[in-house]
Amino acid sequence: MPENAEKIRPKAAFFSFTCCEGCQLAVLSCEDELPDILRALNIVYFREAMTEKRVEPSQREDYDIAFVEGSVTTQKEITKLKHIRKKAKTVIALGACSSTGGLNCLKNRFPMDFVKKTVYGKYAEKYKKTFETLPVRPIDSIIKVDCYLHGCPISKTEFLSAFTALLMGKTPITQNYPVCVDCKMAGNICVFEKGMTCLGPVTRAGCDAVCVTYGCICWGCRGLVDDPNVSAHKETLKRYGLTAESMLRSFDLYGNCSLRKSGSLGVRPAKK
Amino acid sequence: MKKNLHIKIHEITRVEGHGDIVIDIRKGRIKELRLDIIESPRFFEVMLVGRKYDEAQHIMSRICGICAVSHTSASLKAIEAAMGMTISRQSLLLRKLAFCGESIQSHILHLFFLVFPDLLGAGSIAPLLTAEPELARTGLELKRLANEICAVVGGRHIHPISLFPGGVAHTPEEADLKRLKKALLASFAKLDYTLGFLSNIPVPQFAKPRETISLKARGEYPLHDGKPYSDKEGAIEPEEYSRKVKEYCVNHSTAKHARTKSGTFMVGALARLNNNFKLLSPRAKAAAKKAGLTLPLENPFMNNMAQLIECFHLTDEAAGHIDSLIENGLKSEPVKKPRNGFKGGRGIGIVEAPRGTLYHDYTIDKNGIVKKADCVIPTAQNLRSIEDDLKAFVPTLLDRPREEIRRGVETLVRAYDPCISCSTHIMDVRFV
Repeated sequence: MPENAEKIRPKAAFFSFTCCEGCQLAVLSCEDELPDILRALNIVYFREAMTEKRVEPSQREDYDIAFVEGSVTTQKEITKLKHIRKKAKTVIALGACSSTGGLNCLKNRFPMDFVKKTVYGKYAEKYKKTFETLPVRPIDSIIKVDCYLHGCPISKTEFLSAFTALLMGKTPITQNYPVCVDCKMAGNICVFEKGMTCLGPVTRAGCDAVCVTYGCICWGCRGLVDDPNVSAHKETLKRYGLTAESMLRSFDLYGNCSLRKSGSLGVRPAKK
Repeated sequence: MKKNLHIKIHEITRVEGHGDIVIDIRKGRIKELRLDIIESPRFFEVMLVGRKYDEAQHIMSRICGICAVSHTSASLKAIEAAMGMTISRQSLLLRKLAFCGESIQSHILHLFFLVFPDLLGAGSIAPLLTAEPELARTGLELKRLANEICAVVGGRHIHPISLFPGGVAHTPEEADLKRLKKALLASFAKLDYTLGFLSNIPVPQFAKPRETISLKARGEYPLHDGKPYSDKEGAIEPEEYSRKVKEYCVNHSTAKHARTKSGTFMVGALARLNNNFKLLSPRAKAAAKKAGLTLPLENPFMNNMAQLIECFHLTDEAAGHIDSLIENGLKSEPVKKPRNGFKGGRGIGIVEAPRGTLYHDYTIDKNGIVKKADCVIPTAQNLRSIEDDLKAFVPTLLDRPREEIRRGVETLVRAYDPCISCSTHIMDVRFV
């Protein structure tokens, strides 16, 4: 390794907000590639895996790439996130929770006081500060995001290809066509033919339609494609005798945050 | 001995989730000793309310990336119990196989990524890749195999797909199962190597009698099925779990704490070994003998060894499930529907997640909509025990240098393999 290798290796940090940490785990699950990843990056912060990388972002100068998983649900997280943006050249949203708010957004169907009281009961009032919570938001409602790695969890292949692109100084490409394309390539029978409903026609691809391959439907975890043909999807549902209610329910399993944003079944504006 | 000591460890590293440790010793006495859980709560109970029954396992899997199969399994058992659904033998075997894969994956991740760096004085697995390449590679290979088991059955190990109410929605290929079986048998050599390494590392002498709770079953080491059992109080009926294992809140933790009649108890691999040692596979028993284990285990640091012993058992069990699946002949089966005329009901699903007994409890209405959910998470059950152990352990360290105390404290917390993300996703308060 050349002497100035430390300077060449991009400084990277992994941050985790409100989530299950499954997307960081997906990174750690690249067992074959992990030694190379660790060689290629100068990891400056990765609390879940590394003690020597425990220094808080506020005490760090800067980093080239910040991977951020999880959505934002507390004031503290907002402050920390803004700080990360200031210090990082590139911010990558890792997974559904940070990209679109993910499943966490199901919480937003209810007023926060009700949410706290249901879970913590009398303690919600007693230990007010401990159990503080805000409606769930994706990280791009607070800061600018340079690249989104969608999915719940992220796709390993997509992570590795984005990672390679970043190392080469290129902007990672994420798919902007529906899951149906992936699903055809996987050779699956369309779930509509099996009498089920599916969000594949409007959901962003890049997952190899793994949920359909393994006997289920597309739940829409990767968010809507930039220009989904939403009304055509409604038509399809109608043709197969499905109700608007069940459709809406499927739509808001992952789409609650973005749906709220535009107030209808609309589309979140594509990020520049 | 130091008279005054103040340590605050902000965001313990190499644990899943965010936690701080606060230690305040004045005049040689513990004034304050807390494990602060600062993870943002996620409110899963509320998230589940109003959702359809067949979305529940999908939502609840997202409680944790590491033990997603356990949450999915507990969730499925609760749904199926509430709605009177039965599953085929093949489905049960597949679910149990995925369960073994996840438990091995979780234990290996904990041991190699989180614990071994402590034992070797490293900060993470990264320096071990060059300093101890064989050991690090062994860990990565064991972990990859475990992930593959989950992937062959469930589509992926983080948030499995095919595990669905009424069965398993995808049937794996026989060839894939045979490949896994071969790899499982080959992995015993790697486990032996790991055992050789871990048994040579001295364990801090810190035995303290404790109540241990785990599932207990007849004829099999209880992981996916069984009834809760306390080595002090005996069997716990599923319906009375919320009275026997009482949850409560403390101001320094967004995760709840729990206690039994006698107070503090421990769950996890150590508890399972204490309660079910006889049911381990012969290979696992031999490994325990080699490691010089004596029951009951009372030293929380031995939880690491207990996890490794379980890996031997889980590998045997996974291979056995594959044999049974192939013997029965793999067939594509549709998942079963809830029984006709379902009028609504409550169901409790209990499994042994890698970190201990996990309870999911749902009430579902006649339309199949979840009305109420409750979940008791292993780490929440262990938090009180971790604090109690710290209170007993820290005074034995006071004459050591500060950095060593800090390290000792973190090592003890890590031995419990706490999953803080999980434990802050707890639901439904029951008042004590």
